[in-house]
Amino acid sequence: MQSETKSRIDKITTPTGHPLAVLRFEGDIASTSREAVLGLYQTLPKEETKTVLLDFTKVEYINSSGIAIVIQLLMEATNAGQKIAACGLSAHFTKVFTMVGITKYASLYASQEIALTAL
Amino acid sequence: MSESKATRVEVRLPSRLGYEKVAMSTAASVAKLVGLAPDRIEDLKTAVAEACINAIEHGNRMNENLSVGVVLQAESGALEVKVLDDGKGMRTQPRKPDIDRKMHGQEDPRGMGMFLMQALVDEAEWVPGVDGASSYVRLVIRLDKEA
Repeated sequence: MQSETKSRIDKITTPTGHPLAVLRFEGDIASTSREAVLGLYQTLPKEETKTVLLDFTKVEYINSSGIAIVIQLLMEATNAGQKIAACGLSAHFTKVFTMVGITKYASLYASQEIALTAL
Repeated sequence: MSESKATRVEVRLPSRLGYEKVAMSTAASVAKLVGLAPDRIEDLKTAVAEACINAIEHGNRMNENLSVGVVLQAESGALEVKVLDDGKGMRTQPRKPDIDRKMHGQEDPRGMGMFLMQALVDEAEWVPGVDGASSYVRLVIRLDKEA
Protein backbone atom coordinates (compact mmCIF):
# COMPACT_ATOMS: atom_id res chain seq x y z
CA MET A 1 0.00 0.00 0.00
CA GLN A 2 2.86 2.38 0.71
CA SER A 3 4.37 3.56 -2.51
CA GLU A 4 7.95 2.56 -2.95
CA THR A 5 10.54 5.23 -2.27
CA LYS A 6 12.64 5.92 -5.32
CA SER A 7 15.88 7.77 -4.81
CA ARG A 8 18.96 8.78 -6.74
CA ILE A 9 22.01 10.98 -6.40
CA ASP A 10 22.87 13.93 -8.64
CA LYS A 11 26.23 15.62 -8.27
CA ILE A 12 26.04 19.29 -9.17
CA THR A 13 27.93 22.52 -8.55
CA THR A 14 26.55 25.68 -6.96
CA PRO A 15 26.78 29.01 -8.86
CA THR A 16 29.77 29.83 -6.63
CA GLY A 17 31.53 26.62 -7.64
CA HIS A 18 30.91 24.42 -4.60
CA PRO A 19 30.28 20.72 -5.29
CA LEU A 20 27.03 19.40 -3.96
CA ALA A 21 25.38 15.98 -3.76
CA VAL A 22 21.63 16.08 -4.26
CA LEU A 23 19.63 13.11 -2.96
CA ARG A 24 16.33 13.12 -4.84
CA PHE A 25 13.40 11.22 -3.36
CA GLU A 26 10.13 10.20 -4.94
CA GLY A 27 7.10 8.44 -3.43
CA ASP A 28 6.49 7.98 0.29
CA ILE A 29 9.00 8.51 3.08
CA ALA A 30 7.94 5.99 5.71
CA SER A 31 9.31 3.07 7.72
CA THR A 32 10.02 1.14 4.51
CA SER A 33 12.25 3.94 3.16
CA ARG A 34 15.39 3.23 5.20
CA GLU A 35 17.42 1.81 2.33
CA ALA A 36 16.27 4.45 -0.17
CA VAL A 37 17.09 7.31 2.20
CA LEU A 38 19.80 6.27 4.65
CA GLY A 39 21.24 3.51 2.47
CA LEU A 40 21.61 5.85 -0.49
CA TYR A 41 23.17 8.56 1.68
CA GLN A 42 25.70 6.03 3.01
CA THR A 43 26.98 5.37 -0.52
CA LEU A 44 28.32 8.93 -0.71
CA PRO A 45 32.05 9.16 -0.05
CA LYS A 46 32.17 11.24 3.13
CA GLU A 47 35.60 12.75 2.48
CA GLU A 48 34.53 14.19 -0.86
CA THR A 49 31.00 15.23 0.08
CA LYS A 50 30.83 18.30 2.26
CA THR A 51 27.30 19.43 1.42
CA VAL A 52 24.21 17.31 0.80
CA LEU A 53 20.87 18.62 -0.43
CA LEU A 54 17.79 16.44 0.18
CA ASP A 55 15.23 17.04 -2.57
CA PHE A 56 11.65 16.25 -1.48
CA THR A 57 9.95 17.88 -4.49
CA LYS A 58 8.38 14.59 -5.64
CA VAL A 59 7.49 13.30 -2.17
CA GLU A 60 3.80 13.39 -1.28
CA TYR A 61 3.68 11.58 2.05
CA ILE A 62 6.08 11.64 4.99
CA ASN A 63 5.17 10.10 8.33
CA SER A 64 6.91 10.13 11.70
CA SER A 65 8.83 6.93 10.88
CA GLY A 66 10.11 8.61 7.72
CA ILE A 67 11.09 11.72 9.66
CA ALA A 68 13.00 9.46 12.08
CA ILE A 69 15.03 8.11 9.14
CA VAL A 70 15.81 11.68 8.03
CA ILE A 71 16.97 12.43 11.58
CA GLN A 72 19.26 9.39 11.48
CA LEU A 73 20.72 10.72 8.23
CA LEU A 74 21.26 14.09 9.91
CA MET A 75 23.01 12.37 12.81
CA GLU A 76 25.44 10.60 10.50
CA ALA A 77 26.04 13.73 8.45
CA THR A 78 26.65 15.89 11.51
CA ASN A 79 29.12 13.34 12.86
CA ALA A 80 30.90 13.39 9.49
CA GLY A 81 31.07 17.20 9.50
CA GLN A 82 28.76 17.52 6.50
CA LYS A 83 26.28 20.29 5.89
CA ILE A 84 22.72 19.14 5.14
CA ALA A 85 19.93 21.15 3.56
CA ALA A 86 16.53 20.20 2.20
CA CYS A 87 14.39 21.58 -0.58
CA GLY A 88 11.03 21.00 -2.18
CA LEU A 89 9.01 20.27 0.95
CA SER A 90 5.37 21.32 0.82
CA ALA A 91 4.28 24.11 3.16
CA HIS A 92 2.75 21.46 5.43
CA PHE A 93 5.88 19.33 5.71
CA THR A 94 8.02 22.45 6.12
CA LYS A 95 5.84 23.16 9.16
CA VAL A 96 6.15 19.58 10.42
CA PHE A 97 9.95 19.52 10.00
CA THR A 98 10.11 22.84 11.86
CA MET A 99 7.86 21.52 14.67
CA VAL A 100 10.12 18.55 15.36
CA GLY A 101 13.26 20.70 15.35
CA ILE A 102 14.94 19.54 12.16
CA THR A 103 15.59 23.16 11.14
CA LYS A 104 18.19 23.35 13.90
CA TYR A 105 20.35 20.91 11.93
CA ALA A 106 19.24 21.39 8.32
CA SER A 107 18.22 24.51 6.42
CA LEU A 108 15.00 24.22 4.44
CA TYR A 109 14.56 25.90 1.06
CA ALA A 110 11.50 26.11 -1.13
CA SER A 111 13.34 24.91 -4.24
CA GLN A 112 16.70 23.65 -5.43
CA GLU A 113 17.26 26.96 -7.22
CA ILE A 114 16.88 28.92 -3.98
CA ALA A 115 19.00 26.40 -2.08
CA LEU A 116 21.84 26.72 -4.59
CA THR A 117 22.04 30.47 -4.15
CA ALA A 118 22.26 30.06 -0.38
CA LEU A 119 24.64 27.10 -0.05
CA MET B 1 -21.68 21.49 0.55
CA SER B 2 -22.91 23.30 3.64
CA GLU B 3 -23.28 21.08 6.73
CA SER B 4 -25.94 21.99 9.25
CA LYS B 5 -26.57 18.48 10.59
CA ALA B 6 -24.29 15.76 11.86
CA THR B 7 -22.30 13.78 9.31
CA ARG B 8 -20.83 10.41 10.28
CA VAL B 9 -18.45 8.32 8.19
CA GLU B 10 -16.83 5.07 9.29
CA VAL B 11 -13.93 3.13 7.80
CA ARG B 12 -12.28 -0.09 8.93
CA LEU B 13 -8.65 -0.68 8.03
CA PRO B 14 -6.53 -3.82 8.14
CA SER B 15 -3.71 -3.62 10.67
CA ARG B 16 -1.12 -3.22 7.95
CA LEU B 17 1.18 -0.24 7.54
CA GLY B 18 0.32 1.79 4.50
CA TYR B 19 -3.44 1.49 4.99
CA GLU B 20 -3.36 4.65 7.11
CA LYS B 21 -3.42 6.39 3.74
CA VAL B 22 -7.00 5.17 3.22
CA ALA B 23 -7.96 6.93 6.45
CA MET B 24 -6.04 10.03 5.36
CA SER B 25 -7.90 10.16 2.05
CA THR B 26 -11.26 9.62 3.73
CA ALA B 27 -10.55 12.29 6.35
CA ALA B 28 -9.44 14.70 3.63
CA SER B 29 -12.60 14.08 1.60
CA VAL B 30 -14.90 14.60 4.60
CA ALA B 31 -12.93 17.65 5.72
CA LYS B 32 -13.23 19.20 2.27
CA LEU B 33 -16.97 18.52 2.19
CA VAL B 34 -17.49 20.26 5.52
CA GLY B 35 -15.40 23.25 4.49
CA LEU B 36 -12.11 22.84 6.34
CA ALA B 37 -9.36 25.08 4.94
CA PRO B 38 -6.77 23.33 2.72
CA ASP B 39 -3.85 23.85 5.12
CA ARG B 40 -5.90 22.45 7.99
CA ILE B 41 -6.83 19.44 5.86
CA GLU B 42 -3.10 18.70 5.56
CA ASP B 43 -2.78 18.97 9.36
CA LEU B 44 -5.69 16.58 9.82
CA LYS B 45 -4.30 14.07 7.30
CA THR B 46 -0.99 13.84 9.14
CA ALA B 47 -2.68 13.58 12.56
CA VAL B 48 -5.03 10.83 11.31
CA ALA B 49 -2.15 8.96 9.67
CA GLU B 50 -0.13 9.02 12.89
CA ALA B 51 -3.14 7.85 14.93
CA CYS B 52 -3.68 4.93 12.54
CA ILE B 53 0.02 4.00 12.53
CA ASN B 54 0.00 3.93 16.35
CA ALA B 55 -3.17 1.82 16.32
CA ILE B 56 -1.64 -0.64 13.83
CA GLU B 57 1.80 -0.86 15.47
CA HIS B 58 1.08 -0.46 19.18
CA GLY B 59 -2.65 -1.05 19.66
CA ASN B 60 -3.12 -4.06 17.40
CA ARG B 61 0.58 -5.01 17.37
CA MET B 62 0.50 -5.55 13.59
CA ASN B 63 -1.99 -8.40 14.02
CA GLU B 64 -3.73 -8.49 10.66
CA ASN B 65 -6.66 -10.37 12.18
CA LEU B 66 -7.53 -7.16 13.99
CA SER B 67 -8.82 -4.03 12.31
CA VAL B 68 -8.50 -0.35 13.05
CA GLY B 69 -11.73 1.64 13.18
CA VAL B 70 -11.85 5.22 12.00
CA VAL B 71 -15.00 7.22 12.77
CA LEU B 72 -15.36 10.75 11.46
CA GLN B 73 -18.13 12.96 12.72
CA ALA B 74 -18.77 16.55 11.69
CA GLU B 75 -20.99 18.47 14.05
CA SER B 76 -21.24 21.87 15.72
CA GLY B 77 -18.44 23.52 13.78
CA ALA B 78 -15.87 20.79 14.34
CA LEU B 79 -14.73 17.55 12.80
CA GLU B 80 -14.03 14.76 15.28
CA VAL B 81 -12.03 11.68 14.34
CA LYS B 82 -11.85 8.60 16.55
CA VAL B 83 -9.26 5.94 15.75
CA LEU B 84 -10.00 2.71 17.58
CA ASP B 85 -7.89 -0.38 18.14
CA ASP B 86 -7.85 -3.47 20.34
CA GLY B 87 -5.00 -2.36 22.57
CA LYS B 88 -5.01 -1.13 26.14
CA GLY B 89 -4.47 2.47 25.14
CA MET B 90 -1.73 5.00 25.70
CA ARG B 91 -1.03 5.81 29.33
CA THR B 92 1.68 8.37 28.63
CA GLN B 93 1.14 11.91 27.49
CA PRO B 94 2.77 13.20 24.30
CA ARG B 95 6.18 14.73 24.83
CA LYS B 96 7.72 17.33 22.58
CA PRO B 97 10.63 15.71 20.73
CA ASP B 98 14.04 16.96 21.81
CA ILE B 99 15.99 17.14 18.57
CA ASP B 100 19.30 17.63 20.40
CA ARG B 101 18.81 14.45 22.41
CA LYS B 102 17.79 12.58 19.26
CA MET B 103 20.83 13.86 17.39
CA HIS B 104 23.09 12.71 20.20
CA GLY B 105 21.54 9.25 20.41
CA GLN B 106 20.01 9.96 23.83
CA GLU B 107 16.43 9.70 22.57
CA ASP B 108 14.88 7.33 20.02
CA PRO B 109 14.68 9.09 16.63
CA ARG B 110 11.12 7.72 16.42
CA GLY B 111 8.31 8.45 18.87
CA MET B 112 7.00 11.69 17.38
CA GLY B 113 3.54 10.50 16.37
CA MET B 114 1.65 11.52 19.49
CA PHE B 115 3.37 14.89 19.54
CA LEU B 116 2.42 15.55 15.92
CA MET B 117 -1.20 14.59 16.54
CA GLN B 118 -1.46 16.95 19.48
CA ALA B 119 0.38 19.76 17.69
CA LEU B 120 -1.63 19.60 14.46
CA VAL B 121 -5.22 19.43 15.70
CA ASP B 122 -7.16 21.47 18.25
CA GLU B 123 -7.79 18.60 20.67
CA ALA B 124 -6.16 15.20 21.06
CA GLU B 125 -7.27 12.75 23.71
CA TRP B 126 -6.14 9.18 24.37
CA VAL B 127 -8.90 7.08 25.91
CA PRO B 128 -8.06 3.62 27.31
CA GLY B 129 -10.61 0.86 26.78
CA VAL B 130 -12.78 0.09 29.81
CA ASP B 131 -12.03 -3.63 29.62
CA GLY B 132 -8.34 -3.27 28.82
CA ALA B 133 -9.04 -3.23 25.10
CA SER B 134 -10.96 -1.17 22.53
CA SER B 135 -9.09 2.02 23.26
CA TYR B 136 -9.16 5.03 21.00
CA VAL B 137 -7.61 8.36 20.24
CA ARG B 138 -9.99 11.26 19.68
CA LEU B 139 -8.89 14.13 17.48
CA VAL B 140 -10.89 17.31 17.03
CA ILE B 141 -10.26 20.02 14.50
CA ARG B 142 -12.42 23.14 14.49
CA LEU B 143 -13.76 24.34 11.19
CA ASP B 144 -13.46 28.06 11.89
CA LYS B 145 -9.83 28.12 13.06
CA GLU B 146 -6.85 28.95 10.88
CA ALA B 147 -3.63 26.92 11.12
